[in-house]
Amino acid sequence: MNLFRTKLASVNRITWYPNYWDIIALLFVLAGIFLFAWVAKEMATPYQLGQSTPISLNPAVLPFYAGRTVVRMLIALFFSLLFTFVFGTWAAKSRHAERIIIPAIDILQAVPILGFLSVTIASFIRLFPGSLLGPECAAVFAIFTSQAWNMTFVFFQTVRSVPADLAETGLMFHLSAWQRFWRIEVPYATPGLLWNTMASMSAGWFFVVAAEAITVSNQDILLPGIGSFIAVAIKAANLHAIGYAVLTMFIVILIYDQLLFRPLVAWAEKFKPEQQATEKTAESWVMNIFRRTRLMRKWGDKLAQLFDAFVNIKIFRPSPDIIFSKPLSKKNGNKLVGMLWEVGILLLGIAAFIFLWYFVAAHISFAEIRWVFILGLITTSRVFILILLCSFIWVPLGIWIGLRPQVAQVAQAIAQILSAFPANLLYPFIVMMIVYYHLNPNIWLSPLMILGAQWYILFNIVAGASLIPKELLRVADNLGVTGWTRWQRLLLPSVFPYYVTGTIAAAGGAWNASIVAEVASWGNEKIVATGLGSYITQYTTVGNFARIALGIGMMCLIVLIINRLIWRPLYVYAENRFVIGVSDV
Amino acid sequence: MSDPIIEVVEMQKYFKTGDRQDRLVLHNINFKMFEGEIVAILGKSGSGKSTLLRIISGLTEPSAGVIYYRGRLISGPVRGISMVFQTFALLPWLTVLQNVELGLEAQGLPRKERREQALKVIDMIGLDGFETALPKELSGGMRQRVGFARALVVKPDILLMDEPFSALDVLTADTLKSDLLDLWQTRMIGINAILFVTHSIEEAIAFADRIILFDSDPGTIRSDVKISLPFPRSDLDPRFRNQVDRIYTLMTAEPQEARIQDGMIDIGYRLPDVNIEEITGLLEILNSPEHNGKMDLPVLAETLTHNLDELFPLTDIVQILRFAKVSEGDIAITQEGKTFVDADILERKKIFSIQLTKFIPLARYIHNQLTRHPRHRALEEHFLSLLEDYLSEKEAEDVLRIVIEWGRYAELFAYDYNSGVLNLESGH
Repeated sequence: MNLFRTKLASVNRITWYPNYWDIIALLFVLAGIFLFAWVAKEMATPYQLGQSTPISLNPAVLPFYAGRTVVRMLIALFFSLLFTFVFGTWAAKSRHAERIIIPAIDILQAVPILGFLSVTIASFIRLFPGSLLGPECAAVFAIFTSQAWNMTFVFFQTVRSVPADLAETGLMFHLSAWQRFWRIEVPYATPGLLWNTMASMSAGWFFVVAAEAITVSNQDILLPGIGSFIAVAIKAANLHAIGYAVLTMFIVILIYDQLLFRPLVAWAEKFKPEQQATEKTAESWVMNIFRRTRLMRKWGDKLAQLFDAFVNIKIFRPSPDIIFSKPLSKKNGNKLVGMLWEVGILLLGIAAFIFLWYFVAAHISFAEIRWVFILGLITTSRVFILILLCSFIWVPLGIWIGLRPQVAQVAQAIAQILSAFPANLLYPFIVMMIVYYHLNPNIWLSPLMILGAQWYILFNIVAGASLIPKELLRVADNLGVTGWTRWQRLLLPSVFPYYVTGTIAAAGGAWNASIVAEVASWGNEKIVATGLGSYITQYTTVGNFARIALGIGMMCLIVLIINRLIWRPLYVYAENRFVIGVSDV
Repeated sequence: MSDPIIEVVEMQKYFKTGDRQDRLVLHNINFKMFEGEIVAILGKSGSGKSTLLRIISGLTEPSAGVIYYRGRLISGPVRGISMVFQTFALLPWLTVLQNVELGLEAQGLPRKERREQALKVIDMIGLDGFETALPKELSGGMRQRVGFARALVVKPDILLMDEPFSALDVLTADTLKSDLLDLWQTRMIGINAILFVTHSIEEAIAFADRIILFDSDPGTIRSDVKISLPFPRSDLDPRFRNQVDRIYTLMTAEPQEARIQDGMIDIGYRLPDVNIEEITGLLEILNSPEHNGKMDLPVLAETLTHNLDELFPLTDIVQILRFAKVSEGDIAITQEGKTFVDADILERKKIFSIQLTKFIPLARYIHNQLTRHPRHRALEEHFLSLLEDYLSEKEAEDVLRIVIEWGRYAELFAYDYNSGVLNLESGH
């Protein structure tokens, strides 16, 4: 099960040093963040929110709140899919578009999501004055940013790698572009896209919970949902309420896993050309019921007919009397358009640079930038130390589990659900301890960052260990390779690629979590750890948008640099040296 | 005769390689196809035969020259020309029925009509009972039947087939071939001509009225052979065997062969992907008492169960290395070849290393470069960029990988995978 193998699939394409397009894209993204910040600053009047319904701590309303949270997730998912289809396809079809979209997406993946939320929320509120729709949109947007980039990337890549013979079939039988998209490209991309969507949705729970309760410019915004419920419970120091919320969330995730995730994966089996020998066919009891019930099958047929009509919709169909289709290439004109496009992008890049320059120069001193950089280094070292500590625990344990198939199956299911569980719901328990025993927040708040992210390491290691070929283990037995030699020569090298994948995901999660994990409160007690995450949170609370943008920009840059200098080379090295067998596409 | 259905005039095709020059794949192609013909295109791998088929289908554009379909210029996929793919190219997420309906769907036929026509063809091609199956549930032969049904349901004028049977085992392929031939002869399908690419001489002779023989590097039409044996044709028929021998002789008399025999290959020669074991194995078979150093190529092909794509790369390389010589459809071992097989493992490496530096310019060049370098090392990128002047990126990588494998075996140089550094084998 290669949940996250697709995540860094861009590595082979990109070298560690940035090229021209990377820099342009970086300018765009940074300028975008600062532009939002600037807009927010200009509108620094207190927000005119409507009558916000107070959040009740009555456990009976929890299912209702949970429903609100789930709906937010689904709306975001819909928009992510729309974005994916439009931009993924555009990038795959046009070389000009690819040059800017792909690096931009690559950089957007490094932007801390909750930070993004704090600069965009002001604009959203402005869009819908006097109602909760603004913050509602901002929350959906936060989830959107946590999945759209990823999905677009995967879609782009799979559309690009549609086997030549399938693509030619489409041309040979004169399918229109619309028919090709729905009959060939989308189905081909479905399994990969689905896995990725599910993985991003797991992370999405974290952000939806964090995005529901946010304090901007000294104003608390609470959207009805589990996240706000928890926030209110923390303020009231109500341990029972938190317990109920955690329980509800567990149930929601279990339902989501059983009713949505598994049936979809089982359904997507049919899009895979051939069964891989190493993978088991995904099964789902829900899907089986669906397939075996007559009524459900009837609905299925109706759905298929509807889809059929949609694919063959008249306006997107070539006229039946054309005997000759269009020539494959249109040479004339393309060059001029290409040049105009590039000049346009370059001018925009320069504009972005000038804007950034003035904005930064006007609002931020050099000493401030240096200080933020140092804060970034502190948070970086936290991330690395935590990953190292987690590795010491989960690598041996994961290998032990992975080598025992029965245990592995159970463990993997549990780890997957745990990784979807928004760890921020568990923060109060730890914060309570820190407050109670007066522990040093700089040390003891750190584990919060890795609380949710550690599972990525575990289930990747388990997956890796369970895929070690049996004959290699037998050879080791046969040659009497035991103890440390066995670990050094067989077990560790064979899980290495999986470890790298898991670690990359975990590090990404930890960075994102740092914004909520470096500042915590319990009742009226507030504890703060020094770091870039707390810097962003603190200035979000008081509404200093220039500083928020600086913090986000810095985090984005640091994550990018680490990705390029450490993770990518490591990933490529692992792929080349340690992946057993041919490929697991 | 009537007007040709397909006419190719003065056609050329280049592929982009490196920055400096393009590789000529098809050169000066002129050919016509008439109503009622089955034509086979036969040639070694890399002779551009599949490219020609793709150009006629409209999927690829020629670099120069024109193609006419019934007097009209082809500039993209044409309605009336249908294609069967080597890899079947079925959409794995569609059922057999939906796959067959695909072309009709594109024509905008209503759902009911689509279904009717598709079912008719499915019946005809022997797929009834499998309508709701997904392609992955089917065997290879059944999958290709779907491929045929899909191509036939749009009622094409011409059927193009790109090595349609090469992914199938012998028995399955034979059944499918005779079924198709039946359909063609009984005029059950409304096709007016079939053009197919193959690398099997037997297949071409069994099927075609005419064989277009291709030369490689660059691909040119060498000869146009009429096959007038009556149907059904049996490969046990002596007249059939005669035709096989005739084609082999024609193929080994290519100017390309002469170039190989004279040691005229240059540094950018596309070395065939053949490993040392295959070379040694071939020479051992030749040298065995029962063959006494000489074999008929068709017999060798049968012994090795190799088709043209596998056989000719092997015979090319043993010729280049001067281990054997091919003439008039026969292959004979040389003195060097004999010494090589008779030697022990270490001795073999020495002989191989001598032949390698003598006759493979690329191996010689790499060795020289390494000898000259003060620390006897060089980066693989250096050689790759040299090769990319002659070959595409992918081909250059393949060729370098092959020469590195041979060079390592010959202990001519060593190679480090991680750093991509080549250096002189030291201590030997």
